[in-house]
Amino acid sequence: MAPLAGVIAVSCVLFSLGLLAVVTRRDAIFILIGIEMMLAAGNLNLVAFWRYGPHPEQITGAMMAIFAMAIAAGETAIGLALVISVYRHRRTTQVEELNTLKG
Amino acid sequence: MSLLSILPFVVIAVITLAGALAAATLPNLMHAALSLVLSFLGVAAFFILLGAEFVGLVQVIVYVGAVAVLIVFTILLTRPAVGPGKGRNWSGVLVAMAVLAGLLWALARTTLPAGQPIAIAPLTVLRIGQTLMTEYIWPLQAVGVVLTAALVGAVVLAMEEKR
Repeated sequence: MAPLAGVIAVSCVLFSLGLLAVVTRRDAIFILIGIEMMLAAGNLNLVAFWRYGPHPEQITGAMMAIFAMAIAAGETAIGLALVISVYRHRRTTQVEELNTLKG
Repeated sequence: MSLLSILPFVVIAVITLAGALAAATLPNLMHAALSLVLSFLGVAAFFILLGAEFVGLVQVIVYVGAVAVLIVFTILLTRPAVGPGKGRNWSGVLVAMAVLAGLLWALARTTLPAGQPIAIAPLTVLRIGQTLMTEYIWPLQAVGVVLTAALVGAVVLAMEEKR
């Protein structure tokens, strides 16, 4: 069994790597990949704190993680559909070229 | 804690973070998507290690099975330019490093419950199903509505427009 602080540290690093992908990449698909990584880090936190918390017999953390996964799956489907839709109209998925609304 | 008991944790952590780092930095989209699969498998192994076996299996089915395939399909459908980008966005790297430092600083200053967790009965699928159908029935219905809306929305957004 892993120590709690170790799991939380891994989750912190995973979140930061997801953030790195979101803020440095220029392709919309990469940004979605980064968001997925940040969501996975959040789920890892939920499960770790549930297991090491004072009441692990109530399965709140695992339930929350399952619901978060369902929402994340819906979010990914919508995000990728948006990417396909943008590509169809603009022939690009680079977010820096999508500046029509820029003043 | 002996070295042997902590070995699985270290192996899984290295796999997860190596996959995540590759997904965040590799220039080729397809390579990054496949590294993301490795990272998701590591997270699923973490869930199983923490005693939430069902959550780990859901992670494999939903992320490795569905989301990764969806991402690969989108990469193939859009064929993004593989050409050299404008180089790294170094201010973004700084932001990510600052957030990581802040998180680890907060973690180092927090006293977490040390030692082994309280022993519990295994988290069976039967128990999760019963809890979902009694205590969590309204969240379950709400998630059903959200997923239906997401499904319809995704189809409408990605559908070819007939003029």
